[in-house]
Amino acid sequence: MIDNLIDNFKKLKKVLLLGSGALKIGEAGEFDYSGSQALKALREEGLSTVLINPNIATVQTSEGAADKIYFLPVTPFFVEKVIEKERPDGILLSFGGQTALNCGVELYKKGVFEKWGVSVLGTPVQSIMDTEDRELFVERLGEIGVKTIESVAVETPLAARAAAESLGYPVIVRAAYALGGMGSGFCDDAAELDATVEKAFSFSNQLLIEKSLKGWKEVEYEIVRDRYDNCIAVCNMENFDPLGIHTGESIVVAPSQTLTNDEYHMLRELAIRVVRHVGIVGECNVQYAIDPMSEDYRVIEVNARLSRSSALASKATGYPLAFVAAKLGLGLGLHELKNSVTKSTTAFFEPALDYIVCKIPRWDLGKFEGVSHEIGSSMKSVGEVMAIGRTFEEAIQKGLRMIAQGMHGFAAGANTAGAKSRLKMDLLTTEALEGALATPTENRIFVIAEALARGCEIQRIHELTRIDRWFLQRLSDIHACAEELADCDDLEDLSADLLREAKQKGFSDYQIAKLIYNPDHKPDKVADDRFNVAEERRGDVRSLRKRLGIVPVVKQIDTLAAEYPAQTNYLYLTYNGNENDVDYADAPGKSIIVLGSGAYRIGSSVEFDWCGVNALTTLRKKGWRGVMINYNPETVSTDYDICDRLYFEELTFERVMDIVELENPHGVILSTGGQIPNNLALPLQRAGVPILGTSATSIDKAEDRHKFSSMLDRLGVEQPRWRELRTMDAIHAFVEEVGYPVLVRPSYVLSGAAMHVCSNAAELERFLGEASLVSQRHPVVVSEFIEHAKELEVDAVAAKGEMIACAISEHIEFAGVHSGDATIQFPPQRLYVETVRQVRRAAQRIASELAITGPFNIQFLAKDNRIKVIECNLRASRSFPFVSKVLKINLIELATSAMLGEDVQKPATNEFDLDYVGIKASQFSFSRLQNADPVLGVEMASTGEVGCLGDDYHEAVLKAALSVGMRVPEKGGGKGILISSGTLRSKVDLLDCTRRLYEKGYRLYATEGSYEFLTKNGIPSIRAYQPSEVEEDPNRALLGAVDLIREKKIDLVINIPKNLTEDELTNGYRVRRCAVDHNVPLFTNARLAGAFIDAFCELDALASPDADSSGSGALSRLPIKSWDEYRV
Amino acid sequence: MVSDLGKDSEKSAPARNARSARKASLMLENGPTFQGYSFGHEAPATGEVVFNTSMVGYPESLTDPSYVGQILTVTYPLVGNYGVPPDTRKNGVYDYYESEKIHVSGLIISSYSTGYSHWNAAKSLGEWLREHRVPGIYGIDTRALTKFLRERGAMNGKIVFDDADADKIPFDDPSRRNLVAEASCREVIRYGDGKKHVVLVDCGVKHNIIRCFLTRDVRITRVPWNYDFNVPGCFDGPGGPGYDGLFISNGPGDPALCDAAVQNLRVAMQGNKPIFGICMGNQLMALAAGAKTYKLKYGHRSHNQPVQIYKTTKCFVTSQNHGYAVDTDTLPDDWEPLFVNMNDQTNEGIRHKTKPFFSAQFHPEASSGPTDTEFLFDRFMDAMMKGGHDHD
Repeated sequence: MIDNLIDNFKKLKKVLLLGSGALKIGEAGEFDYSGSQALKALREEGLSTVLINPNIATVQTSEGAADKIYFLPVTPFFVEKVIEKERPDGILLSFGGQTALNCGVELYKKGVFEKWGVSVLGTPVQSIMDTEDRELFVERLGEIGVKTIESVAVETPLAARAAAESLGYPVIVRAAYALGGMGSGFCDDAAELDATVEKAFSFSNQLLIEKSLKGWKEVEYEIVRDRYDNCIAVCNMENFDPLGIHTGESIVVAPSQTLTNDEYHMLRELAIRVVRHVGIVGECNVQYAIDPMSEDYRVIEVNARLSRSSALASKATGYPLAFVAAKLGLGLGLHELKNSVTKSTTAFFEPALDYIVCKIPRWDLGKFEGVSHEIGSSMKSVGEVMAIGRTFEEAIQKGLRMIAQGMHGFAAGANTAGAKSRLKMDLLTTEALEGALATPTENRIFVIAEALARGCEIQRIHELTRIDRWFLQRLSDIHACAEELADCDDLEDLSADLLREAKQKGFSDYQIAKLIYNPDHKPDKVADDRFNVAEERRGDVRSLRKRLGIVPVVKQIDTLAAEYPAQTNYLYLTYNGNENDVDYADAPGKSIIVLGSGAYRIGSSVEFDWCGVNALTTLRKKGWRGVMINYNPETVSTDYDICDRLYFEELTFERVMDIVELENPHGVILSTGGQIPNNLALPLQRAGVPILGTSATSIDKAEDRHKFSSMLDRLGVEQPRWRELRTMDAIHAFVEEVGYPVLVRPSYVLSGAAMHVCSNAAELERFLGEASLVSQRHPVVVSEFIEHAKELEVDAVAAKGEMIACAISEHIEFAGVHSGDATIQFPPQRLYVETVRQVRRAAQRIASELAITGPFNIQFLAKDNRIKVIECNLRASRSFPFVSKVLKINLIELATSAMLGEDVQKPATNEFDLDYVGIKASQFSFSRLQNADPVLGVEMASTGEVGCLGDDYHEAVLKAALSVGMRVPEKGGGKGILISSGTLRSKVDLLDCTRRLYEKGYRLYATEGSYEFLTKNGIPSIRAYQPSEVEEDPNRALLGAVDLIREKKIDLVINIPKNLTEDELTNGYRVRRCAVDHNVPLFTNARLAGAFIDAFCELDALASPDADSSGSGALSRLPIKSWDEYRV
Repeated sequence: MVSDLGKDSEKSAPARNARSARKASLMLENGPTFQGYSFGHEAPATGEVVFNTSMVGYPESLTDPSYVGQILTVTYPLVGNYGVPPDTRKNGVYDYYESEKIHVSGLIISSYSTGYSHWNAAKSLGEWLREHRVPGIYGIDTRALTKFLRERGAMNGKIVFDDADADKIPFDDPSRRNLVAEASCREVIRYGDGKKHVVLVDCGVKHNIIRCFLTRDVRITRVPWNYDFNVPGCFDGPGGPGYDGLFISNGPGDPALCDAAVQNLRVAMQGNKPIFGICMGNQLMALAAGAKTYKLKYGHRSHNQPVQIYKTTKCFVTSQNHGYAVDTDTLPDDWEPLFVNMNDQTNEGIRHKTKPFFSAQFHPEASSGPTDTEFLFDRFMDAMMKGGHDHD
């Protein structure tokens, strides 16, 4: 077998790599990082590379990252087409998450690899299948005496009893084939079992009885194995949250903190045994449950591919797992590779850490209507942060600031009104608080803080949460330190020792100032309304600290705990030390610091990573020392070989200043990292930090609604009418003037969406009235909402106020869908030349007025040849990578040159020269978000995006839609399309394409209004009934829309919300949710649905007659072209 | 077994925070002084300052006799998390310790975890140190200290509690002492009643070596380091005459000071009975074979040392704790390297080309550390089964 591999390796010339597609919950930026690393490894070995990934915002799809890049769906159909065209000799399946792995397994089963002579590199497909199939997995591990979680399938209550008794209580009962864990439950004894089993049998005829390991510790190992059978355990990680909470939802530390040597090495040895037996070549993740009261364990899962955990492990240790795994896949041995940090020692070793890292998930559940906030066995978080420290206290407090949800650490409470109202801690009764400890939500860590503040014992918190007492003790130590700080009345009272201890425990200057000065913590003092007292005083804390010599030191991550010299540039700051690892004496003014974008979250994701990486690359090309500050372990920008120095650190004013003071940089770039760095502009400028590009004053002018508005008036550029109002009467008067609907933005938010469109007085009252969201202190911004307007985006670069590049793109949906959720066509396909001219002119005026140097983005509404500005950001936007790649002009490179003060030439081409079309489509993760209503609105809900190219509009639309999981519906086969077409306007919009569907022979189902409308227009359809109609029908004989979906009779759901009555909303919601839960493609926007239907009907019409009827007729017409084949 | 949240309960327990703890310093003979806070026994101590980069296993390390005379710096910054297991033993072998006491002269760490937590903990690390009268300091920049030792080499140091101590206590150079003699047993100790009989030459043996033999059905006779096991008939007894294999254990300090053991070994090597050595055992076998040893700049002390079987593609991650090494170039013709360190190419084991003699510089018994190389005990068993006339 080894000889085989060597032979294969020798003849390898071209290797195909599968990416993971759009970012979604559970499959995010980590695969851009692993894919980029793999491509680098392949190129280092002189191989030609082909990449399939429709995610156009990624770094791996940048020019030069692979020899051929295909922006196509990662599905068996398209991958086979690319194989047929490119004829690679090898394929890598393990760098593109579950998407790539599933696709690879399917192709393997179909014999595609064999057919085209493609060798699967790395772990063999059979090994992958062994780990993916539950039964095979249990069997294979059983063969080598490794314990897995046993489960017994039963069909009677009696059998359930017997199974539970043989497994031993507690057990968990799961209803087989039931969605969303319905009918499952924990049982501590026979009585509880009988009750649960009875209920569960109403959901399913078969139950699975499983030994419950609730409360066990969860630990993971990252194992690497080469073809010589050499194995190493690169990293282990321990979940702060015990078993029961998905590891993606857990706070995780590396290395493990509560395992003894025996436990650590027992699990390590088992992991290696498993990896050898399964036959992994490359990287693998083994997850364990370990009993907190013995050395008993179970293997939960084995991931035979790079994963979120392996990305985290790479960043946590400095060991480039994906890079090494790719090399091993090519047949190299670990002993033949070097440690890429020390560059002198071998890659066959296990990193020794001399710090602790703490990963914290970032959730955005507040963005979704109706979603359940409980966290558990399925993943809901959209991003994560990694904090590094030399104590757990330091690391977790850093991390809690990094997740940027309004908290400034573990202690000292919420620091923004938003976070305060979101948590509503002070309102909880003791009982509710204990309930919140026992039933975790995304805020559990703050619930623990509140419990400690109320004097709850560690033991009690442990009983409720099952979190190991070691972690709770550390949190309690933070709390105790906070109380001591709060006992000080003034900085004068603060001793140097206490200040140093606070800093060593991870307190920020702000937190310290807040604890000392905030009236909330001084109940005996008159509470004045000085919420920002901490803001004012944090500077005093800083000066005091520096006077006392309490400053952080810079430490390297060197993989060997200082045992060997390492020229590593991977750095973090800590107060638990007194010596810098870096000598800062050399060449001040040589560095340029680029601020990264922080945790991925809805609205800010991989696209800013691309921007940051490109800024760094440009700087380094021009001879500057490129310095990155960022803390997101899923990114390429936090890869230490992308920059000259990487500070894996907070993007807070305090920490950026610490680094600026050490680096003495030529300047700081904050326009490529999204909103987090943008918010630092004013404070940094005030502190005298040289900001490259547009000045902070201009940034402030664009961000401040009033200043911006008066500027637009001065420039003669229109915007929708708006007012900042303080009473309901004033609001009504304003609405009188502009008419409904209006867009309402309260200045603070209770829960859920921050913005709301209100179409009538009742809605307005409901939204603002009940919650008394409007007051003198909390004004509300009300804007005119223009219906049926087009939305346009300008992504541009200016130098000293002159616009040097400008990309205009057009939303397919009408305004009202958040620009981050909208489908974008570039170049614009349906714009008046006059509109384009107006947009360019307005953008230039704004650029001149604000003296913009660098990237900026403006959003416009266009209706009847008039444009209005709705937003302006003096920074790179989400769409920069998309327009740059479609246009083949790197706007960030241009912007960076401009910010360096260079003379930048205007590019010779613009979007109207292109002979092809780019479509950017959004990826939603509603299926992961139990109960959330999958509709689009003014708040962004998508988690990722793709960008596809086509020779024409239809082709690009279809590729993009397929890339985000849509499917062309089958004709015949008993399946149909379910239509609820919403308002009259959208009914009309959809009429033509519905007729096309009918003419193509699709079976149409329609709910009441749509059915009547179609009938009137001569399109036959079958009447389907709304859930409420079905329930009210005494005979229960109506054909329910929901039942049709459940019975798999529907291939596509078009459900356009009317936004009217409660009843309609509920019915619509249930149908939409049902579609999502049953994985049926769903459109909730008429314009987008129309575009998709037109696209596949159009291409289908061109399909050859011999194409089958499964819908792939349209697909077979799609040209398979790589990026470079689309020429200007 | 204590399942409660462990607290330092004694009067002299370290304070919850550094502000009320007693200050303590580590002074280096040719280097700076590092200031921290006491969490162990409060009396001055001296020793050679060394560092270990492993992330778990402080109870095992502290009881490892190879640390006699040394002040141990742990580079992993959080120490004490899971407390210390109980001192239970079975048939004279400790369940959780590597010997009957703490052998280091002092312990230097960055952050000490008050409030340990583990089902198998009997006490806190601080309590345990105080019980064994060993000082411990936390609050040290252990990374800075480690970098200093790496650049300048392991050096003598002392732990002091006030300025008066600083001058009164002289630096002590433990490497001039015969530390093996200090760590070795004083009289013959017997364990087990297995089929094969191993004479274990105790230079400071770790109990896990004994455990590894006992689980392989071996009867052990543990003898002092300078015991002459070549005297005919000295091991005749219930299990039969003589012994089946000879084992030379790990131990502290300079192998060149263990001449008696080397002389005994040299005699044994004239025969054909299997000989297996670990760590100090590797060095003593090399010396007996006629090779030379030398002192490493700062030694190997960690759980992540990569070794490769000489001239093969087989690699292992090993646990190590040694300051001296065998000079491969001085090996006589009938010996060859068995393992090589992949980071610095130093010797990690030797073997005789024809006779069943082999040794490892690392610790196949692990404890603490990775267990990849425990198969060496099986190899030794195989050699004894074959009666000791050839090896693979």
